[in-house]
Amino acid sequence: MDEAILAEEEAIHKDICSSLTDYEKNRGNLIPILQMIQQRHAYLSPDAIKTVAEHLNIPVCEVYGVATFYNQFRFNPPGRHPIRVCLGTACHVRAGDIILENFERKLGIREGETTADREFSVERVACVGCCALAPVAVVDEVVQGRMAPSKVEGLILRIRMKNERSGVRGSGSEVTSEKSDDNTNLEPLTSNPEPPFQKGAE
Amino acid sequence: MTETLHQVYDAIREKAEQRRKVFRETPGPKIHIGMATCGIASGAVETKKAFEESLAELGLAAQIHTVGCIGHCYAEPVVIIEHPDSGFPPIFYHQVTPGKARMLTKLFLEEGDPRFEHVYGAVELNEMIPSVMEFPRFNQEKRIIMQKCGRIDPEDIYDYIAEGGYSALVRAFQRSPEEVIAEIRDSGLRGRGGAGFPTGRKWEMARQSAGSDKTVVCNADEGDPGAYMDRTLLESNPHQVLEGMIICAYAVGAKKGMVYVRAEYPLAVKLVTQAIRQAKEVKLLGKGILGTDIDLEIEVFQGSGAFVCGEETALIQSIEGKRGMPKHRPPYPVESGLRGLPTVINNVKTLATIPPILEQGAEWFRSIGTEKSPGTAVFSVVGSVLNPGLVEIPMGVTLRTLIFEICGGIPNKKKFKAVQIGGPSGGCLPEEFLDTPIDFDSLTQAGAMMGSGGMVVMDADTCVVDVSRYFLDFTQKESCGKCTFCRIGTWHLLDILKRITKGEGVEDDLLQLERLSEDIKNGSLCGLGKTAPNPVLTSLRYFREEYDAHVKEKRCPGMTCRTLTAYYIDLDRCARGCDICGGCCPVTAVFSTKNRKKAIDQSLCVKCGECLVACPPDYKAVVKISPPGLAPVIERPENPPESHE
Repeated sequence: MDEAILAEEEAIHKDICSSLTDYEKNRGNLIPILQMIQQRHAYLSPDAIKTVAEHLNIPVCEVYGVATFYNQFRFNPPGRHPIRVCLGTACHVRAGDIILENFERKLGIREGETTADREFSVERVACVGCCALAPVAVVDEVVQGRMAPSKVEGLILRIRMKNERSGVRGSGSEVTSEKSDDNTNLEPLTSNPEPPFQKGAE
Repeated sequence: MTETLHQVYDAIREKAEQRRKVFRETPGPKIHIGMATCGIASGAVETKKAFEESLAELGLAAQIHTVGCIGHCYAEPVVIIEHPDSGFPPIFYHQVTPGKARMLTKLFLEEGDPRFEHVYGAVELNEMIPSVMEFPRFNQEKRIIMQKCGRIDPEDIYDYIAEGGYSALVRAFQRSPEEVIAEIRDSGLRGRGGAGFPTGRKWEMARQSAGSDKTVVCNADEGDPGAYMDRTLLESNPHQVLEGMIICAYAVGAKKGMVYVRAEYPLAVKLVTQAIRQAKEVKLLGKGILGTDIDLEIEVFQGSGAFVCGEETALIQSIEGKRGMPKHRPPYPVESGLRGLPTVINNVKTLATIPPILEQGAEWFRSIGTEKSPGTAVFSVVGSVLNPGLVEIPMGVTLRTLIFEICGGIPNKKKFKAVQIGGPSGGCLPEEFLDTPIDFDSLTQAGAMMGSGGMVVMDADTCVVDVSRYFLDFTQKESCGKCTFCRIGTWHLLDILKRITKGEGVEDDLLQLERLSEDIKNGSLCGLGKTAPNPVLTSLRYFREEYDAHVKEKRCPGMTCRTLTAYYIDLDRCARGCDICGGCCPVTAVFSTKNRKKAIDQSLCVKCGECLVACPPDYKAVVKISPPGLAPVIERPENPPESHE
């Protein structure tokens, strides 16, 4: 597994280097470049930040400073099944924080972290835009409205069981097909045609 | 010049009307589906698919018209069906699930039965079905900014033009820039971003500032949690915003434009980018707009999500690739903004108001709203109201009308407690302010703020202290860190509030809160710090007794602060053998007592309230209580029938 991750990181590095050539060496391009990297690879690795700094010829700490200033950027890889809990005002008033806590407890990670097996990650988002369904959580891009603490375990369990049944653990292509299967089997309340919520949004 | 201008525009207009005519005159039903982010989140994509599939199955021909959001979040997914052959007027259906969609295709589109039990109302007045126009939610609104939202397809420029879009631009081009500015100044339009600076004056200053390399920025960096009107506008009618931008650029003499929109709004980014491309294709943007010698290039910049970037100078810093930290003003951005060049920054809603003003005149605009705040305001009303969503009302309408008439009041017969206006920079107003008219000045006077227009309604079960803590938690995280008072002061403020909500508050804390709040207000450079203590100050002023209850009695009147509340099961009411509460408890804190009635292990309980919801109404055995010491203590039997993980 470690080797697979190393190889993956190497591939990411190559990809970033090649796509950086499209951007002028202009400070104003810093945020668009970071956005591009995050869009392609879902997170900014320390290596990516260094590469960008070298490309724009600015100190690494400058890039890091800008990247950490904005909520959009994340610095650890998201899980294969990202979970986003909405903590907008409407969801807060209807106890969205209890939902977040339940996810944290069940997965044994804190908000913003990824489980060791990279299966799940938990994040908070500012507003998913369906306040009438509050509290809301987005699991695998499927919006789960009117969440309740007791629903949390079921949602996680369904993904885990599905994984176990098909013996999926790791390699990317299988996981993607896995994911789409999941969506249909979760009896989604609603779902989204495309990933509408940016990672790390707050 | 005027002649060619008209010729070019009329050609586009004619094409638009032609397309509209084809759409209108094609026989068969027409299905309009709201497909903005909120609609999609509620399942509009599945609904659309269900319509398409069932139409194909039944071999029916109908046109599906995807539109933006009409702002009725409680009713999403919204579908309007026009079926002239059935003899019924266009009908508004709400919460159309895929199943409902299939049923309507079969029964209404094929057999002509509109299924009255699912009808929300007819779109227009008629003899058969009550019209939505008779509902307060519809007839008390006054739509200027959102007039075309939900009626046109945001992905089709011709749909907007057929509704009269871009005709205000032609009118603007026929006048001199000074005349356009005068019209806006006379209309009394004030910036809709929150501060309410007169737009005409901003433009005038930009016009006068030296240099020809000016930029117009559309500020769609909506960071306020729970406010989403800018997003809806960009997703439902991006062209009205673009039209406003072009007029602004013409008036101030700018050649460049930029839409600063949050990357968290991918659909808005996509639709605005597409709208710009379409406008370029028909020569409404780019070089030589509409055959004149006016040029304007508009690009989209994706903001990375920092609340402080809603502030003009911070927004500029962010475009320049730096951390979004506000700078001293003056110099104002209209003199020295983006890369040191004059920059006009207007909110999305301000820009969307420009075309209607130019079309119908300053006089007309002044007739709406109040004298000092003419026009309308868009609010996103969320929280404890029956019909949450976006509401556009003329300024001067009272809070009572907005909350109780337009939005249907508080559900479940609960009592109104407070309304929080203006998001993290606004204030919390109690019941006696319900008759306050909504306009820039009255709200500021009451201690709240127009802000970007987020409105949270709270019922008796919400804790005011907790809501203040929530907003402060937000501003504390979003503080850019430039000013000491904002950076450290908000942290301490939050620390005190956290202690109070945990029942660890001391009496001196309230005094500290007040003092610190004043210091933060005085010691901060930008609006974020200057307004961050507002939720605390207003709630302290109007809900002092709630703070006192937290501090002195360690009791939370709204029963929200979890450390100060507890759940217990009333053994007299609990039904032997029912196990619903135990089944739903996420932490297995519910256990069976010796006589098989249930009790809650307070050391394990996380106070999620699941058992309270789950307990059948016949028993209502689960009780919530504050302070937690009042809950009776029941020991867990030594051999527990079920063990926790």
